[in-house]
Amino acid sequence: MFAAAIIVFREVIEAGLIVGIVLAATRDVPARTVYVLGGISAGVLGAALLAVFAGSISSALEGMGQEVFNASILAVAVVMLAWHNIWMARHGRELAAELKAAGQAVAAGSKTLMALAAVVGIAVLREGAEVVLFLYGVVVANGDSGMNLLAGGFAGLAAGAALSGLTYAGLVTIPSRYLFSITTLLITFLAAGMAAQCVSFLEQADLINVLSNTLWDTSNILPANSLLGRVLHTLIGYDDRPSVMQAIVYVATLAAIFAATRIFAASGQQTQRPASAVKSAPTAGQHFAA
Amino acid sequence: MAMTRLLKLIITTAIFAMPANAFAIDPVAIDLTLKDHKFEPAEIKAPAGQAISINLKNTDNSPEEFESSALRVEKVVTPNGSIVIKLKPLAAGKYPFKGEYNEKTAQGVLIVE
Repeated sequence: MFAAAIIVFREVIEAGLIVGIVLAATRDVPARTVYVLGGISAGVLGAALLAVFAGSISSALEGMGQEVFNASILAVAVVMLAWHNIWMARHGRELAAELKAAGQAVAAGSKTLMALAAVVGIAVLREGAEVVLFLYGVVVANGDSGMNLLAGGFAGLAAGAALSGLTYAGLVTIPSRYLFSITTLLITFLAAGMAAQCVSFLEQADLINVLSNTLWDTSNILPANSLLGRVLHTLIGYDDRPSVMQAIVYVATLAAIFAATRIFAASGQQTQRPASAVKSAPTAGQHFAA
Repeated sequence: MAMTRLLKLIITTAIFAMPANAFAIDPVAIDLTLKDHKFEPAEIKAPAGQAISINLKNTDNSPEEFESSALRVEKVVTPNGSIVIKLKPLAAGKYPFKGEYNEKTAQGVLIVE
């Protein structure tokens, strides 16, 4: 039973961390719990469907259906995360100023909430399908004692939910003025890690076969399969044997998101210039007077 | 002028970056079976420097996830289903793999020589 709990917990670590980070990143946005729960539910339903159709998906696309499916949903998640960060950079200042006005906040925040709900759903979908298949296998193979193992499985799920709670609780102890930039940074690294993992699936499917030599092998130092390895895998995209292409895409994703948020934050500032220009005019006048 | 030189540089790099035998012979096919949550045979062999294709047949009534971090593969196989695992040419060595849902019994190794 303990073994089943551990196996399930290992699978749900990724989803648990992502849910915690998304909840912390949207702390000030009302109704975000509904969206996150919606994302989780959609993910669970999707996972059950995925498990049912696992056979047909596998044999699709010359037997590479699983790899292509995984790569596709990871790519969608990367785009959603990047879009959230860029959107927040653009409108962040307006949001912070207007959050008191409840009506406007719901309208403003809900756009990126859908994107984040999608990310949560995708994470739950991927891990959930593996959990569903594993638990199904456990029950089929073990008959009566299967119920015991099933209970272990649910304990693993509960531990995953606890991890979400812990991550969230830990993150919100950060003072408000830093929370936004820290969660933005976490989300950027989440996206880069997912992009690298997307490349790994495309390499498995033989759709990418350039620059596939292994860049480094740290499987002796920190196996990607260990608990710490999996946590780092989710948070920063750690891989113990990444290919050159994976590393390039990882760095490119980081650079692209950082650059895009800078550009859009700057253009966001321009729309507010009239206000600050009025403020600084008297100071400019004083300089010249002196 | 600079653009055509840049283009030539990119194309040359791309050609050299491609694996030498990308267009070569058919991959070596290996049959692998999952029975009672064990791989049969537990040791499979393949020649170095050739693409490999493992046909995994799951004869159990429960699903399994074929996983190998050495081979950088993770793929689910349904009950009584089969999947194909494509591997690029490998250097000589031992590459362990396992069934993630039944780690204790489902262990195997691919020996490349």
